Amino acid sequence: MQRRAIWKLFLMACSVLATLFVWGSDQPAVRVEPTDSVGPRTLEKQTETAVIRDYLQAWHSLSGALDQNRADLLNRDFVGTAKEKLTDTIREQAKLGIQTRYRDGSHDIQLVFYSPEGLSIQLVDTVEYDVQLLDHEKLQTTQHVRARYVAVLTPTEVQWKVRVFQAEPE
Amino acid sequence: MKTRLTLLLGGLIILAAGQLTVAQTLRLPKTVEAGAAFSIPSNGSGKAVLYIVGPAQVLRRDVQLGETISLAPGDLHNAGHYLVLLVGSFTESGAFDVTAARPTALSFIAKPSRLPVDLHDGISGVAYVFDTFQNLVLQPTQVSFQLSGVAGAPQSRTVSTRNGVAWTKMNSASKEGAAQFTAQVAGVADKRVIQQVPGDPCRLRMNVRPSGQRLELETEPVRDCSGNAVPDGTIVTFTEMYDGGEATVDVPLKRGVARTEMPAYKGATISVATGVVMGNEIRWGKE
Repeated sequence: MQRRAIWKLFLMACSVLATLFVWGSDQPAVRVEPTDSVGPRTLEKQTETAVIRDYLQAWHSLSGALDQNRADLLNRDFVGTAKEKLTDTIREQAKLGIQTRYRDGSHDIQLVFYSPEGLSIQLVDTVEYDVQLLDHEKLQTTQHVRARYVAVLTPTEVQWKVRVFQAEPE
Repeated sequence: MKTRLTLLLGGLIILAAGQLTVAQTLRLPKTVEAGAAFSIPSNGSGKAVLYIVGPAQVLRRDVQLGETISLAPGDLHNAGHYLVLLVGSFTESGAFDVTAARPTALSFIAKPSRLPVDLHDGISGVAYVFDTFQNLVLQPTQVSFQLSGVAGAPQSRTVSTRNGVAWTKMNSASKEGAAQFTAQVAGVADKRVIQQVPGDPCRLRMNVRPSGQRLELETEPVRDCSGNAVPDGTIVTFTEMYDGGEATVDVPLKRGVARTEMPAYKGATISVATGVVMGNEIRWGKE
């Protein structure tokens, strides 16, 4: 009887550890390809740093917004089409009683286009992330995903915001 | 004891496997065009729930196992990577991509909206290509750019998109006036107006005529290097230097010329300038 209780505890501990292992690390591994060939506008180091920082922050916002079904969390980092589409997803999730948890584990980012007038910058990101799907708070699945995302960011008063956010076949 | 341990470890592995993966794989298309109808075959019997999940869109359907699950045109219209989960008596999963449909819209940015004439690569045009569902069309697509102005042959360029974007640079025309800058893809065009204004004055020349104790100074019509009249209001500066003294008059162009009067000192040197352009110099009379 006592042994059974110990195994139960062991099982619970394993489950907790596994969860912590999968979901515990907040900071994804980030690799940025050399930006020498980005053009046509010259990309300053400061701009590159800001774009990468704001793009990664956008993933963080997306994760929170889709997890909590709160579209307002997108306001900081998304504009235009990207924001509208994610807002629609959140609205639909809330209607269906679904939550999705996105945890980005790694990003391999390549800045591919910086427009001549400096009003848009495009990047391609091979990202690995885990998705949990919950239906009425019941976990349905956890999947590991590797996908290639194309994002277009545009400058606002104080930061770059994601205007286009779209995965494409690898 | 050994058997129990094996069973428990086995149970733990199954539990972990259940958390992280699912047992079977659905037969799914690799890619689906945005907005297109498609179907997913299912096995078994009984009721199940189908989930199609991605950041761009989410669907949940109650389905009958053993039947083909049909998704109608427009059901899945946002491009992206989707996970599919079919939860019934057992769970099946898979993934596929939704790609953009054919191009139907452009987001065209032309800069600047106003610039001097005769500027090499002075105008830039950037076109992002979208489908009817506002998906970025990532397949290479030909975009035609054309800049047509008040004079001369239009400049045309065809550029293939890369990751959904095409760009070009054009020269401004030699004649002032409004130019139409158009980007076109698959019968969809977007137009911007670029105002081409005269450049800096190219040659500045003044004439002087005595008028009693004063001198009447007047420039010849001020033009840029392409012969366009420099706009009225442009400031022309006349400077007179005499006996260690100096007088300066700033005059705006009126009907293409600037005129003013200055005192007539013998031996004075009078010069004229506008912006960074120096005109001729006149030495008046002799000591």
